[in-house]
Amino acid sequence: MGPTVAGLLQVALLLVLLAACYVPLGDYMARVFTAERDWRVESALYRLVRVDAAGAQRWPTYAAGVLGFSFVSIVLLYLLQRLQPLLPMSFDRGAVEPAMALNTAISFVTNTNWQSYVPEQVLGNTVQMAGLTVQNVVSAAVGLAVAVAVIRGFVRSGTDRIGNFWVDLTRGVVRILVPFAFVAAILLVAMGVTMSLRSGVDGIPLAPTASQEAVKMLGTNGGGIFNANSAHPFENPTALSNLFEIFLMLVIPVCLTRTFGTMVNNRRQGTVLLSVMGVLWGAMLAVAWFAETHPNGPATLAAGGALEGKEVRFGIPGSVLFGVSTTGTSTGAVNSLHDSYTGGAGGAVLLNILFGEVAPGGVGAGLYGILVLAVVAVFLAGLMVGRTPEYLGKKLGRREVTAAVVAILAMPTLVLVGTGLAIALPGTRDALNNDGAHGFSEVLYAFASAANNNGSAFAGITVTSDFFQTALGLAMLFGRFVPILAVLALAGSLAQQRRAEPTAGTLATDKPLFGVLVGGTIVLVAALTFFPALALGPLAEALS
Amino acid sequence: MTTVLDRPTPVRAGAFSPPQLWAAVPEALRKLHPRAQLRNPVMVVVWVGSVLVTVDAIVSPTVFGWLIAVWLWFTVLFANLAEAVAEGRGKAQAESLRRTKQETTARLVSGAVVPGSSLTVGDRVVVEAGETIPGDGDVVEGIATVDESAITGESAPVVREAGGDRSSVTGGTTVLSDRIVVEITTKPGESFVDRMIALVEGAARQKTPNEIALTILLSALTVIFLLAVVALQPMSAYAGGPQDVVVLVALLVCLIPTTIGALLSAIGIAGMDRLVQRNVLATSGRAVEAAGDIDTLLLDKTGTITFGNRQATELVPVDGVGARELAEAARLSSLADQTPEGRSVVELCAREYGLAPEASAAEARAEFVPFTAQTRMSGLDVDGRRIRKGAAGSMPTSAEVTRVVDAISDEGGTPLVVTIDDRVLGVIRLSDVVKPGIAARFAELRTMGIRTVMVTGDNPRTARAIAAEAGVDDHLAEATPEDKMAYIRREQEGGRLVAMTGDGTNDAPALAQADVGVAMNTGTAAAKEAGNMVDLDSDPTKLIEIVEIGKQLLITRGALTTFSVANDLAKYFAILPAMFAALYPSLGLLDVMGLHSPQSAILSAVVFNALIIVVLIPLALRGVRYRPSSAASLLRRNLLVYGLGGVVTPFAGIYLIDLLVRLLPGM
Repeated sequence: MGPTVAGLLQVALLLVLLAACYVPLGDYMARVFTAERDWRVESALYRLVRVDAAGAQRWPTYAAGVLGFSFVSIVLLYLLQRLQPLLPMSFDRGAVEPAMALNTAISFVTNTNWQSYVPEQVLGNTVQMAGLTVQNVVSAAVGLAVAVAVIRGFVRSGTDRIGNFWVDLTRGVVRILVPFAFVAAILLVAMGVTMSLRSGVDGIPLAPTASQEAVKMLGTNGGGIFNANSAHPFENPTALSNLFEIFLMLVIPVCLTRTFGTMVNNRRQGTVLLSVMGVLWGAMLAVAWFAETHPNGPATLAAGGALEGKEVRFGIPGSVLFGVSTTGTSTGAVNSLHDSYTGGAGGAVLLNILFGEVAPGGVGAGLYGILVLAVVAVFLAGLMVGRTPEYLGKKLGRREVTAAVVAILAMPTLVLVGTGLAIALPGTRDALNNDGAHGFSEVLYAFASAANNNGSAFAGITVTSDFFQTALGLAMLFGRFVPILAVLALAGSLAQQRRAEPTAGTLATDKPLFGVLVGGTIVLVAALTFFPALALGPLAEALS
Repeated sequence: MTTVLDRPTPVRAGAFSPPQLWAAVPEALRKLHPRAQLRNPVMVVVWVGSVLVTVDAIVSPTVFGWLIAVWLWFTVLFANLAEAVAEGRGKAQAESLRRTKQETTARLVSGAVVPGSSLTVGDRVVVEAGETIPGDGDVVEGIATVDESAITGESAPVVREAGGDRSSVTGGTTVLSDRIVVEITTKPGESFVDRMIALVEGAARQKTPNEIALTILLSALTVIFLLAVVALQPMSAYAGGPQDVVVLVALLVCLIPTTIGALLSAIGIAGMDRLVQRNVLATSGRAVEAAGDIDTLLLDKTGTITFGNRQATELVPVDGVGARELAEAARLSSLADQTPEGRSVVELCAREYGLAPEASAAEARAEFVPFTAQTRMSGLDVDGRRIRKGAAGSMPTSAEVTRVVDAISDEGGTPLVVTIDDRVLGVIRLSDVVKPGIAARFAELRTMGIRTVMVTGDNPRTARAIAAEAGVDDHLAEATPEDKMAYIRREQEGGRLVAMTGDGTNDAPALAQADVGVAMNTGTAAAKEAGNMVDLDSDPTKLIEIVEIGKQLLITRGALTTFSVANDLAKYFAILPAMFAALYPSLGLLDVMGLHSPQSAILSAVVFNALIIVVLIPLALRGVRYRPSSAASLLRRNLLVYGLGGVVTPFAGIYLIDLLVRLLPGM
């Protein structure tokens, strides 16, 4: 069996697994966020931290909860790293220096998991487990909560309440992320992923890998416990574990479209969004796969494909499948060096990020990201059918369009300004391993990854300078919270409207044509915004 | 009563014509002032870019720099031109309206004579035959015929009388007969004509909600492209060659949505204009937009769905009388009857029994017995025979006659009994006749997703029969104003927008409640005040046209936005290779159009970007073609024409312009 056939079979198996989970997990998540009753452990938590679980919140209160919780998380995670020498199981790894500690704190709280440090040299088990693993769970739960609040904006009618952040957060953690990650961790151990509290054996570092690996993938986080991330044999030992990790990344974002369809009481609305995500993901996979198997250098041709920077146990298919999924889900874990990809494949994974992380996007973030793009698509197309545009019975007026464009503008602004600034600074050239178009791609990728909360690195760029630590930290913060604030505002104004029933005169948003429109909008927005930048980077490389 | 006044006919700006462009040039030049640009965020960016490039061209003059500068200014100018043309058409209409508003004098009831412009609410003025009514108001005393052609264009005079639903008069119209006392209901400067002038001139124009939302989207696009172009400079410098300011500005102007940005306000003004051309006045642009969103139409049965008058539809002979005998008698009884009902009887007899529709010479000499409230019958005395038709209660009867009369009444018709010398021959059925083609119209509305509701005072049985025949989706029988109001509220609670027409004072609350309330010009001042549109022709069917105009307005905006954004692809393919081919020769592959030189490529894109505005002005003013159909088919068509068309057109356009531009020196 050749690698192509093996690869295709892996893709088929992946799709079958996702399809099997789609209905049960999607509907389960819908029930989690609509159920009246709290679990006993949840009630105990609410009493412990004294929140009123019964009170529904207006969007500013909900947003204040998100920001407050995230701010406290950043402070705690920062302190944990700074105070590492005082903590047990730190293996004398010392306090993390301030800029790096802050960058890492922001990175994990924003679900980016950009890593400017070498984990097995810098962090001990306590920071890894009590700090990073915890954030891997709760940052994903925050994304989930925001997505659910936005869905409620569409579902609810004539109210200013979009739910309770603390309840959504707690349920996401208690009923979804922790139990599924627990099961996944055990399965990973069974597949050969290590799990150890020792610092290492014979100079080979060890770590509590499986527990973090599971939620790193399930919560679309991506921060490796080893520097080599999922290319490391302790994190991702076999082709089977590789496929399982890809499945973990995709499963929640994919099934959330079902949750959406179920909650808005029209399943096809969710299916349309899923098919847009699927087509984008499939297209990028095809481009990357083709580019890697058809490289244009004599050495790589002789090797039968671009295998530099790839693990032989995964091969080209296992690497590009992982690469496209990790860039499409804002996970950012890597099992191969994206820097070594050919121009075409490097461009495909970069473009996948620049789509705004919606194919299928991070936990929660993917869904609210694509909903915002759908709002813009509805606005344009809705005008063309001669009505004030409506999405799911809610009219899109000044407030809705404003919220949507703010959410969409944040990312390109950060990427373009950040890249422009970085490339203009004299120090940048020294931080790059490559010059010319490839060096430019490295910088562009870094800012795209940070602003989209992806966290994967093209690598080939040293980002420990104060400028990069600060600029990328800010890109992660604004890239995460500006869209969150905007979509919550959108949810607030949608919830206040009465829901109108669709007629033959309204644009049908549960039909294939609408899927084409949303897909077209995503591609068009990304292409128009980044065409010049992409031309100077991957495009110049790919065409030469 | 037959005084023919030299009155201005209401203006129709008519179709767009090139001379209108020339006429608008001075105004377009005036709009180059930065203050005039501030309303439009997209064009402000173009304006600033033009200044930058001009300064650059002065400092370091090149042919290329100057050509770009000139064409950037043309871009601004063409945008101004679009707005100026639209406003100019409105001004022409306003001008002719203003002529109707000559300075009038008013005679107060007290006898004092004051200028018409000094009247305030509550003043009572006397107007006699031949005089112009000095302001909007209600007739409080007397009855008169009034020539309203200055406002409506309808030359037949109308009756205005104190009390009831025909008491409203409009300033600027002329009393033709009799004398009335009018109580003024509007403040000076706020009369109907004043508002109409302000609206068509664009003075009172504010951005509508949808226009604001679209402007936000366009601004966002502009910001994105601004960032993309600004960030391009350090990227390009890193790659080995910073770009000229001229080139960067040219790229920016080509990318931002100038086409829709330039035409947006013209589209709005033209939409209002199209309404005025159909003799409908809207009090705000918001109402025009809302018309496109209507989900439910409340239509009065009489005049909209059925002809205003009942017509003879059947002859039912009784007691063994032959059908032809009845027809002959029915015809004779109605020959001299000039009411619409009477004429319809003659027409029925002519149509179905081949009887002469005109009276013969002998018949014309017969003695006509007119209808009176006492006898409740009318007819002819001919050859000594008394031929009559009349209401059942006042005519002789029999068991069979009673049965037929009751059956017709039950079905919602009106029975008229026909007799010769007190012998009953049969019964004429008068019934509502549904206008031909109205059912097809409603079916069309249904495909547009609009429900039609027939409102009538008829009993439920009659209403149901007519509703079924007309093909409305729902009906409201024995409707009181309160019923209408409740129905509108119920629809609105379900998130639907409702439009209705009305004329009476008791319609006013419902007109105000409806999202689009069209008051008939013949209606009361209260009704006109409550609605957000007034139909000068008082034609209730026009509601359907109003909805179409609203939809067309929104579609035009959406289509041109799509076109504008889709154009960017080709512009990228023209400009980017021109910018970068020197840095990365491989990017020359992007030059799919094979343009002459980098300079000619950039200039061609800028020229195309400017010219497309002028090319699309007629479309913006006319509105895109609209045929009532479902949302899905509208979307497919418009995506194909303006989306795909928007991608393809500029490739061809830029290529063709490049063929000319390359002939210029320095290219």
